[in-house]
Amino acid sequence: MIDPITRTWLLVGGVLAVLAAATGVGQYLRVRSRTGELNPSVVSDFNLRIRAWWLISSVLAIAFLFPQWVTVLVFGLISFWALREFISLTPTRLGDHRALNWLFYFITPLQFFLVGLGSQFYDLYSVLIPVYAFLFIPIRIAFSGDAKRFLERSAKIQFGLMVCVYCLSYAPALMSLKIEGYQDSWDRARLLFFFVLIAQLSELTEYLWQRLAGRRIIAPLINPNRTWESLIGSMGSCSLVGGALYWATPFPAWMAAGLSAVIAMMGFAGAMTMSTIKRDRGVSDYGTLVTGHGGVLDRIDSICFAAPVFFHFTRFIIGANLL
Amino acid sequence: MSDGGTATTGRPEDRPLANRHRRRVRAESDPPQEPSRPRESLGLTANFLAGFARFISGSSVRWIDSQPDTAQRIYFANHTSHLDPLVLWAALPREVRLITRPVAARDYWIKSRLRRYLAEEVFDALLIDRDNIRVHNSPIKIMLDAIGTHSSLIVFPEGHRNTADELDEFKSGLFHLCRKRPDLELIPVYINNVNRVLPRGEFLPVPLLTSITFGPPMWLENKEPKPQFLKRARDAVIRLREITRNE
Repeated sequence: MIDPITRTWLLVGGVLAVLAAATGVGQYLRVRSRTGELNPSVVSDFNLRIRAWWLISSVLAIAFLFPQWVTVLVFGLISFWALREFISLTPTRLGDHRALNWLFYFITPLQFFLVGLGSQFYDLYSVLIPVYAFLFIPIRIAFSGDAKRFLERSAKIQFGLMVCVYCLSYAPALMSLKIEGYQDSWDRARLLFFFVLIAQLSELTEYLWQRLAGRRIIAPLINPNRTWESLIGSMGSCSLVGGALYWATPFPAWMAAGLSAVIAMMGFAGAMTMSTIKRDRGVSDYGTLVTGHGGVLDRIDSICFAAPVFFHFTRFIIGANLL
Repeated sequence: MSDGGTATTGRPEDRPLANRHRRRVRAESDPPQEPSRPRESLGLTANFLAGFARFISGSSVRWIDSQPDTAQRIYFANHTSHLDPLVLWAALPREVRLITRPVAARDYWIKSRLRRYLAEEVFDALLIDRDNIRVHNSPIKIMLDAIGTHSSLIVFPEGHRNTADELDEFKSGLFHLCRKRPDLELIPVYINNVNRVLPRGEFLPVPLLTSITFGPPMWLENKEPKPQFLKRARDAVIRLREITRNE
C-alpha cells in the first residue's frame, strides 16, 4: 500500500509528464503549421492552452503545500478574472452597475469563502448563487429603474455568474468531499488533481483525434474544429487513462473510467458552449480586450462545465457523506 | 481666488493667501522653465496605486504607429468617466508617467480627501476650475505654465464626459495650446470601456476590462485653420476607435 503523499506526488508527476508530452506535440505542430499544412491559429490556440495548463498545474502543485484555503483562494482569483472578462464582453447598461458591484465585491468572494470553510457549508454554497444571487440580480436591476432589455441583461449576468463563479467553485469544493478512507488532506488534493489532469488530457486528446480522424463537424458556424470524432475519441482516450489511474482515486477502475469520460464530455461541451457566446459577440477570445492573449475564461471553460458534474457524480455514486 | 497662482505651483489646494501670492509672484518673475517641479521619482504609494489602477481597469495598452517617449507631449483622449485621467496616466510607462500630468476637473477631484490625495500626491493632476474661467487665468495659460519645458499633459478636448456613442466636437483649447507651443507632439488616445467601470454618478468601480490605444503623433500645421485642425484631431481618435472595434 502506497501512502497518500507518495500517491499524490505520483499523480502530480503524471500531470507533468502529460504536460511535457503536450508541449512536445504543440511544438511539433507549430513547426508543421509553418508549411501551411495546418491552420496556424488552431495550433497557436492549442499551445496557449498548454501554457495555461502548465500555469494552473504548477500553481496547484505549489498550493497543495499550503493549507487548503490557499487552493480555494487561487480558484477564487481565477474566477474573479474570468467573470470580469465575461461581463466586459456582455453589453450591460448603467442601471446594472450596482448589481455588478454586488457581483464582484460580495457574491463572488462569499461563494469562495463558504467553499473554503468546508463541506459543513455545502447546504449554503450550493444554493447561494442559484437561489439567492439569481433572485437578487434582477431585483437590484429592477430597483435601479431601467427596463430596457431587462430580461436579457439579467440573464446574461446570471449566466456569467453561473459559469465563472458557481461552476468553477466546485473544483476546489472537491477537496471537501468526505469519502471513506479519504481522511488525509493529500487524498483530497489528489482528487482535485485527478480531475484537473483528466480535463486537460481531454483537450489534448481532442486536438489529436481532430487531427487524426476529424470529419463530421458538429456545428460549422460555431467552431469548424470540433467534430463528433474528436468528441468520441477524447472521451475514449480519457476513460482509458482515467481507468488506468484509478489507484489515485477513491473509485474502482471501471468507475474511474466512466467518470473520466464524463469529464471529457462536459469539458468539450463547455468549450463548445463558450465558443457559441464568442461567435455571437463576434470575438475570437474572451481576453480580446487584453491584446494578443486568449483570456482566462478561454482556458478554463472546460473545467467550469465539468467541475460541478464531476462533483455531484462523485457524491451520488460513491455516496460520499459530507462532513 | 486665484487659479493662476495655484496651478503654477501644481498644488491647487487652499494655501494661506500670503503663501499663494508669494508663489505666484515668484512664478511670474522667474523664467518659465521650472514651474511644474518635475518629480524625481514616484513614491511607493504612487507606483502601487498606478499598479492598482491598472489592475482595476484591467487595461490593455497598445501603441499603434507610436512609441512611449519622454518628449513633451499632449495626450488627448475621449472622455467618458472620471477615472479616465487616472487610467490613462497609469497606462503610461514609469518614466513617462513621471513627467505627465493629467488635466482634471477641480470640482470633482477636491471633493473628498481621498480624491484630493490621489489628484495631488499621486498623479499630480493639474486641476482646472471649470466654473471660474476668465481671460486673466485662462486654462491655456495655466497649462502652458504648468508644463514648462519638461512635462507632458493629458487633456480631454471634448470638455465633459460624453457617454454617447459619437465623440463630441473638440473644444478649441487644444488648438490654442498648440498655437502657443507648436513644437508639442500631440498623441491621440482612445479609451475604451472605462465608462462602464465607473459611470456617471457612481462611486464604486466595477473591475471590468478596458483598453487604451495610443495613436501616431501629430502636430499643428503651419497656418492650419482651427476647425480643420480640431476635426483632424477628433478624426485621429475616431480612427483609433475603429481599429479597436474591428479587432
